[in-house]
Amino acid sequence: MSVNDLFQTDLRPVNLGLDMFADDMKAQGVDPVLMDWTPPGGGDPEVIAALSRLEDPAVAERIDAANQVALDRILTAQPFLEGFGQAIDVVPGMTAKTILHAGPPIEFPRMSGPMKGAVTGALVFEGLAKDVDEAFELAASGEITFSPCHEHQSVGSMAGVTSASMWMHQVTNRTHGNTAYTNLSEQLSKILRFGANDQSVIDRLNWMRDVFGPVLSGAMALNTDGLDLRLMLSQALHMGDEAHNRNVAGTTLLIQALAPYILETDFTTKEKREVFDFVASSDYFSGPTWMVAAKAAMDAANGVEDSTIVTTMARNGVDFGIRVSGTGSQWFTGPAQQVIGPMFAGYTPEDSGLDMGDSAITETFGIGGFAMAAAPAIVALVGGTVDDAMGYSRTMNAITTGNNPNITIPALDFMGVPSGIDVRKVMETGILPIINTAIAHKDPGIGMIGAGITHPPVEAFQQALRALSDGIAA
Amino acid sequence: MTRHIEIRKNTYVDSVSLMSMSTKANAVEGVTQALLGMATPMNKEVLLNVGVSDPAVDAAKPSDLMIVIDASDDTIEAAIQAVDDILARKNKGSADAAEVRYRTLDGAFTEVTDANLVLISVNGAFAAREARKALNAGKHVMIFSDNVSLEDELALKTLAHDKGLLVMGPDCGTAIINGVGLAFANAVRRGSIGIVGASGTGSQELSVRIHDFGGGVSQLLGTGGRDLSAEIGGISMIDGIRALDADPETSVIVVVSKPPAEEVADKVLAVAGAASKPVIVNFLGSKRTESGHANVTMTSGTKPAALAAVLATGVDESTLDLHALNIPLIEEVRAKLAPEQKYVRGLFCGGTLCDEAMFAALDKYENVYSNIQKDPAYTIGATEPSREHTFLDMGDDDFTNGRPHPMIDPSMRLQRLAQEAEDPEVGVIAMDFIVGFGSHEDPVGVTIPAITAAKEKAAARGQHLEILGYVLGTDLDTPAVTEQVAMLEAAGVTISSSSTNLGLLAREFVAKGDNR
Repeated sequence: MSVNDLFQTDLRPVNLGLDMFADDMKAQGVDPVLMDWTPPGGGDPEVIAALSRLEDPAVAERIDAANQVALDRILTAQPFLEGFGQAIDVVPGMTAKTILHAGPPIEFPRMSGPMKGAVTGALVFEGLAKDVDEAFELAASGEITFSPCHEHQSVGSMAGVTSASMWMHQVTNRTHGNTAYTNLSEQLSKILRFGANDQSVIDRLNWMRDVFGPVLSGAMALNTDGLDLRLMLSQALHMGDEAHNRNVAGTTLLIQALAPYILETDFTTKEKREVFDFVASSDYFSGPTWMVAAKAAMDAANGVEDSTIVTTMARNGVDFGIRVSGTGSQWFTGPAQQVIGPMFAGYTPEDSGLDMGDSAITETFGIGGFAMAAAPAIVALVGGTVDDAMGYSRTMNAITTGNNPNITIPALDFMGVPSGIDVRKVMETGILPIINTAIAHKDPGIGMIGAGITHPPVEAFQQALRALSDGIAA
Repeated sequence: MTRHIEIRKNTYVDSVSLMSMSTKANAVEGVTQALLGMATPMNKEVLLNVGVSDPAVDAAKPSDLMIVIDASDDTIEAAIQAVDDILARKNKGSADAAEVRYRTLDGAFTEVTDANLVLISVNGAFAAREARKALNAGKHVMIFSDNVSLEDELALKTLAHDKGLLVMGPDCGTAIINGVGLAFANAVRRGSIGIVGASGTGSQELSVRIHDFGGGVSQLLGTGGRDLSAEIGGISMIDGIRALDADPETSVIVVVSKPPAEEVADKVLAVAGAASKPVIVNFLGSKRTESGHANVTMTSGTKPAALAAVLATGVDESTLDLHALNIPLIEEVRAKLAPEQKYVRGLFCGGTLCDEAMFAALDKYENVYSNIQKDPAYTIGATEPSREHTFLDMGDDDFTNGRPHPMIDPSMRLQRLAQEAEDPEVGVIAMDFIVGFGSHEDPVGVTIPAITAAKEKAAARGQHLEILGYVLGTDLDTPAVTEQVAMLEAAGVTISSSSTNLGLLAREFVAKGDNR
């Protein structure tokens, strides 16, 4: 619109900055467009320069095309549960002395309290140490190989500690052919993945190894069709789950699908009963299942040249790491943040360990915090109102590439979950992804003490953006 | 005394809001000092300068909010709470569910397709990028923000020119587009006089004078103060003149600027000369009296410029109240002042008002000092005491660095007023009061106690101190100029009817002997 056309047209101003100017416009009978603006890139001049380089029209066009490819891979992924196997047999690169952990790479001495608790508990469980004290020595000795789950086609909730004899979900993305793994839910509270490691924890792990895993594995051996997890996840969201912190519906759907096959196995009625009782003991049974489904989709979207879509968000309790499609396996990290939310009686925020776990793969995929509007029943858990929950899901549209038409939120007129977090948009808007998650005690040996919401550190996205700019706009 | 230092990570509040919040926080009982600011290198330095050094502050990032509160031991908790409340109110307002707010300009443009102009008042470090986005999306831009680099300004104006778009600013304080005042502006009648101004308060003054003479404004385009520098070359001014020339609603064009670069002045005058309409030019402080073009009239001040413009629209001069200089008043004031009361002290919110008053004094005296004087021999800094004739633009950067503009926050000017009243050689203190959109809601009301105190101080040593005030505003503004004037008169302040007259009266009041 030329200047002289402007003079002939009603003024429709956008007010970017001081609210008092907008108020003055309103007083003059004009309807200003209001902005809720924050400095891009967290105000870092280098990041702003990097953003500007990526805004060059030719560069932006290339990125948009690449992101569409990556998004299509996320949306078209069809993760199927194919079976269960022990880590040593199925997980790529697994050895008897390997411990997989959540988040970006970290050496034992730097690990957080709960992760150390989980590692030492796992060493005792595997019979590599006679007790936790000896396990601490062994873990620090250099004899144990520590490696991120994510670098082994796997994810692990909270500490993510996965050892050789643990049973794993085997999930194959039938569209793209890749397979992903995660271990079984220990349910909640005083458990290994929250850093607890006493005899009751070891006893449960033994039962999971000897009964739970074999029963599930036997059941899925009888189901040659596999279970369509995307379909089931979609149903779970329609039933009020967001599939990260709330898994009531998903767990019911999953055990309902497994039950006929469990009944057909040769295990004793007592053992089958134990399995059903264990699944019924909390709602978290299907939590890892959605994580591995998300992992199977996100791995397919990784490695698209020029794409700025985030394919991993994971934390080890010290560092929060992200990986981006266009930069492949490279980690970008920043400090793990505090999780804000209600705590079990007797604990205070000072007791809480920092954000931990690969479970943010659910948000990376577009569920969990991104699908909060689907789960109004838990908004209190994350300290908000139903309006807040709707707001969280809508807001995530501002930092994602599209919406997943296969996984929808009824309360938002069946809006597909926001998918394909774009590093550029995160930096541009200053909106960080929202993550629903649990809180572990900061010390080893105690376990879960609460749940709430958190965000990734802005630093991880700043690093990623600089690397993308160097790589794409160079 | 207790000091409370808090860093809120990833909490952004725009800097001007923070300054007005700081003003409120400093007023909390028990607080001796409250500083709220984003942790930019500049703000960190501001903290260091006032003796706040802390590792938490060192580690803070530009996206973090810094809160420093000094308060007496027994009130610190209440003070922290009060400051929290001030911050919380702001957050609540912006989260109003009924209001749709956009996070990015791209997002806003996608949803609001008829948006046609973007007013940018975010921190200058970020303003250029947003302006570029707006221009690339085909929107006109007004950049209120200052601290935008010269390179960015040139690039933005070149881009806008190539696209046929208007870019006003950076550091553009005022505009009236299609009758809507933007940022600092006055409520004036619509009419046929178009203004292009490289000076904010100069443009406001012109619009108000035109209104006062019964005329009206078609469009008021700001350019930002650097537009007529050699580096920028008057890109916005020239595009503005051409746009007004092509505008059927505009019959006369007025140009106002602080002193431009000579070669740019030539260029602007050439463009004005090529226009099909009368152009009235006021280059403040310029010695030029002839434009060299038949349709271009050079004027010596904002009031003559406004008058020439109104007359050019065909109004009969005999019907106007010209507010001629009140000669008997000058004699009366001269008689009240003691022989040693030789000097004028001007304390201004408006940069151009300060300039105009200063140039009036310079026409008569040599010993005229100012923070905006070009001659280094007569330049004084914000922290230096005044001497002889001193005119201070208290809205200039050296006064406002890290503090609110005196049009919003009067506190610094009140302190300075008290200081000037101590000097027995001072005869006149001249002050402007700016009302209208963007300004303080009662600039006169907050200043009256200090005026009374100043006059009493002079009276105590047996002197009459003349306070000369000028209220820039119209009867349509809130508060109306008449209300503000009445309050000043009640406090014994002499009122000038224009910015031009303010300078002339001030210099004449203190004239002695040969100078009369």
